[in-house]
Amino acid sequence: MTNLQDIVAVTMVSAGAFFMFIGGIGIIRLPDFFARTHAIGKSDTLGIMLVLGGLAVHLGFSLSSVKLVIALLFVALANPTASHALAKSAITSGLKPWFRADEPDSEEQT
Amino acid sequence: MTTPFTILAVILTIIIFIPLYRVVKGPTLWDRMLGAGAIGSKTLVLICIIGTIYGRMDMFIDITLAYAALNFIGVIAITRYLEKMRLKK
Repeated sequence: MTNLQDIVAVTMVSAGAFFMFIGGIGIIRLPDFFARTHAIGKSDTLGIMLVLGGLAVHLGFSLSSVKLVIALLFVALANPTASHALAKSAITSGLKPWFRADEPDSEEQT
Repeated sequence: MTTPFTILAVILTIIIFIPLYRVVKGPTLWDRMLGAGAIGSKTLVLICIIGTIYGRMDMFIDITLAYAALNFIGVIAITRYLEKMRLKK
C-alpha cells in the first residue's frame, strides 16, 4: 500500500515537472505574446495541478492534504483567469497579434 | 523517500530560470508580467515540495495558500492598472 502510494506520488510530481518544462520551452520559443499566454495558461496549470495532486497522494488522508486540494482548486481557477486578464488587457491597449505573413523573410522560409 | 523529492526540487529550481529569460528580455510589458506570474506559480510548487522534504507540511501549506492568493491578486491588479492607463490616452 505504502509502496504503491509512493510510486504514484513520484510519478505525478515528475509528470508535473515535465509539463512545467514544456511550458518553459513554450514561453521562450513561441513568437508572440498571445501564443505565450497559451503556453502558460494551459501547460503550466496542468503541471502545477499534477505536482500538488502528487504531494496530496504522498501525504495520505490528513488536514494538510485537504488544504493541498483546496490550493489545487484555487490554482486551477486563478491561473487561466490571470492569463486571460493579461491577454484582454493587451488586446484592449492595442497590441497586435502575430501573423506569419508579417515576417519579412517568410517567403524564403516556406 | 525524501531523495526523489530533493532531485525534483533541484530540477524545478532550474526550470524557474526559464521564464526569467522572458522577464529580462521580453519585448512588451505584458510579456514581463506573464513571466513574473509564471515564476510565482513555480515558486508556489517549490514551497510545497520543500515542505514535503522537511516533513512540516502543516506549516508550509498555509504559506502556499497565502502565496497563491497574493500572486493572483498581484497579476490582476497590475492588469487593471495597465488597462486604465492605456485607455486614458
